[in-house]
Parts: sequence; C-alpha cells; structure tokens
Amino acid sequence: MYEFRMPSLGADMEAGTLVEWLIKAGDTVNRGQVVAVVETQKGAVDVEIWEDGTVDKIVVEVGRKVPVGELLATLRTAGGESSAAAEITLEDATPQSVKKPILTDAGILHSEPAPTLSVRQRVSPSARKLAEEMGIDITSVQPSEAGAVISRADVERTANAGASGSVTAKPTPPDWHAQMRVAIAAAMSRSKREIPHYYLSTDIDVTRVVNWIESENLKRSISDRILPVVPFMRAISMALHEVPELNGFWVDGESRPSSAVHLGMAISMRGGGLVAPAIHDADGKSIDQLMVDLRDLVTRVRSGRLRSSEMSDPTVTFTNLGEKGVEGVFGVIYPPQVAIIGLGKISERPWIEGGQVVVRKVATITLAADHRASDGHRGGLFLVALDRLLQEPEGLR
Amino acid sequence: MNVYSRDQIREIILDALGAIAPEVDPSKILPDRPIRDQADIDSFDFLNFIIRLHETFRIDIPEKDYSELLTLNSAIDYLASRCAEND
Repeated sequence: MYEFRMPSLGADMEAGTLVEWLIKAGDTVNRGQVVAVVETQKGAVDVEIWEDGTVDKIVVEVGRKVPVGELLATLRTAGGESSAAAEITLEDATPQSVKKPILTDAGILHSEPAPTLSVRQRVSPSARKLAEEMGIDITSVQPSEAGAVISRADVERTANAGASGSVTAKPTPPDWHAQMRVAIAAAMSRSKREIPHYYLSTDIDVTRVVNWIESENLKRSISDRILPVVPFMRAISMALHEVPELNGFWVDGESRPSSAVHLGMAISMRGGGLVAPAIHDADGKSIDQLMVDLRDLVTRVRSGRLRSSEMSDPTVTFTNLGEKGVEGVFGVIYPPQVAIIGLGKISERPWIEGGQVVVRKVATITLAADHRASDGHRGGLFLVALDRLLQEPEGLR
Repeated sequence: MNVYSRDQIREIILDALGAIAPEVDPSKILPDRPIRDQADIDSFDFLNFIIRLHETFRIDIPEKDYSELLTLNSAIDYLASRCAEND
C-alpha cells in the first residue's frame, strides 16, 4: 500500500488546497503521472505521483486545504497489502489522525472543509489570482454556466454575494516571508527532533578542478562560462553512487535509497528564506548540461515558477555557503532526505605534499547524514570518493 | 564605438544591478565597498551581472578581471579603461 500525501512543494509551502483530482478509486496510475492539481501560494501546481498502482481510496476531497504531509489518497501497489491507512475515512482524515504531517507543528494550520464541487472546476489564472487577492475561496466560486471556466467576473460576483453571507471568505494570508519562515522553522525543527545527524568534515585539495574550470572558461564566451560549483555538483552526484544509502529518504522507519540522483540545490531567495529544488538525474548529466539546468533553476527560483517534482523530490541536498565566505557548513537535513553536503569557501592554504609545504586551493567539504540510514564509516567513504573524483577533473566532463 | 562618460557607466552598472537585485536602492550603494556584499549577490547573480555589462559595452570580461569589478568605483574605472581600449 502506498500513501499519497500532500507533497512539500518548496520550503515556503505549509499547506495546499486540493483543487482537482485527475484520478478516482479503481484507476490505474503510473509513476510520474499528474494525478492532482494543488493550489499553493505560488499558484496552481500539477502534482505527480511516484508509484505505480491502483487507486484504493481518495481520502481528501476537492476543495479542502490540508497541510503538507497529510494523506491524500491510498494506492494498491504490486504485492502490497491493504494497510491501516486505507481504513482512514474522510471524517477521520484530520492532521491528528494521520502520521504527523511535516508542517503542522507550527500549530497554525487547520484543515478547512470547503463546499464540495459536483463538477471539476476549471479556473482561469487571472480569476485565481483575483480570488486570492480578494480572499475568496476559489472552490466556492461557481461559473456563470455549468462546466464553464471560472472567470474574473465570476469571482467578483461571488465576492459581491459574500456581503449577504453566502461566501466563506478567508482572512488575508500573512506575507509570504513570514509564511516561509514558519515553514522553514517547522521543517528544520522536525529535522533536529527526529533525525540523529552525524557530521563529517574533510579538507580537499581542489586546485586541479578549479584550474581546469578556469582554463575551460578561458575558451568560452561569457554566457557559456561554468560556475565553479558545477564540477562539484557532478562529482557529488557520481560519488553518491558509491555510497547509495546517502541518497534517498528515511520513510516509515526504513531507509529508502533512490536509484536516481536528484540533486537539491539550496538556493537563497532575495529578501530571505531559501528553497532547495532538484536538478533531476544529476548523475547522468555533463558539466555543460548541469550549468544549463542550474541557470534555469536559479532563474525560476528567483521568479517563482517551479515545477512540483523539482520542489518535492530531491534525493539529497547540496549547499554552497562557501561562496558567502564560510569555511565549512554543517547542514540540517531536509526531511525525509538523509544527507546534506556542504561546500565551504575555496581558498589558498598551506598544504603538505611530498614532505614540502606548498600553496594549494583547498575547500572544506562536509557531510551531515542521518545515522538511521547510514554510518559514519560509509559517510567517510563518500568523502574519500568525492576527493578522488575531484582530482581527475577531466573525468567530470 | 560608443564612448561612455563615467556617469553613464555608473548608470549602466546600477541598471544592471537593479535588474538582478530590484529591492536594492542604488543611492545606498557605497562606491568603495564590495557590490556583492551590499546587494547580496551570489556567484550566479554576479555572472548575470557580468553578462549584462558584456552585452551593453560589447567587451569581453575575462574571469581573471572579475576582481576589478568588486566595487562601484573600481568597476567604473575598469569599464572606462576597457571601453577606451576598444576605441
């Protein structure tokens, strides 16, 4: 039995409103299929499912706002048996009755039952935006005729009708910076409460890889230049194959390594907060492709247009705080991931080589990992593998 | 080839910065302090900043010269001399 839960679509998301189900009980679903539309602070997001199976039960109805982590539906998977989760009915499906959702700890979230819709609701983006601005629950808006797309006029009509008491108006949400702080606080508190972190640190001579990138960039036009962080992304993705228990999740009391490496890049937002969306299948991508993907990702982070899978499915996180000048960063793991890798500042330091003191470009690379999923010995092997890969930059191409 | 005055160069730099860090008040940028610290620019933003300058001034800016663009004043000096070379 697979439990399909409200995904976390970025660090700023605490809850989402289920706008539409694209599946019903009995349907066969495939990994990667878009099964629902969820309304978030950043607009409607197509939510994918990452399991093959048959839909057992739809738990959360259209129109309800539920916190991240709440059970939305259950899936019968090949060989799986019906679990207790399947018995949860709509009435029971409050945050208290399901496994602790990620972000309800802040104590400010509630499930908000909303009017049930008899037909699928189609909403124009500008109507959705207007409803948000006016504090109108979009699921309470009826189109001018059955089945029509809901327009701005429909929203305005509903807003006017609200004066007579027929609309559930929501309080104006607090500003998103405050909401993002709440979401980060909840996720990081959960991490420190539940995850027994261990921390490893090693200094790596990165002279070769840095010189290699510099010589590569000499040959390139400005817009094709590779940022120094990119070969590290490549090396990390490759090294994770050697210690796969660092790449994946800790779910339901067991380690679930991922065969794919979706590298979550910690990217700060202007004005505070951060997200760590994934670069998918980073292990199979060239340096050039990783640079293209990173550019695309950072640009979309800063303009607020992310896809649900990249927000929700990183298998590991990489943080590059070194570029802010810190020597080493011991990260807090983003649950349910099991590791976070940190790159410190690259600086020239005295280094012993062949009995001589030489000047080398050195970076402190760290690993914070979940001791339930891996042991320090294996974590150490990962850092050794990373060092080895970084000494052969041509192999990173 | 366009000839730019120092004031024009300053304007172009601050415009490029404004496109990347819209919340920054250009009048608050101290001319002799690192731009990256004042505008909270990361390496990605900095690369975009360089690309914008490259596109406007039509000059190549090799990586080894990035340090010349550290502060507003040093960036104006650097770009003024590079544009003069190109004339």
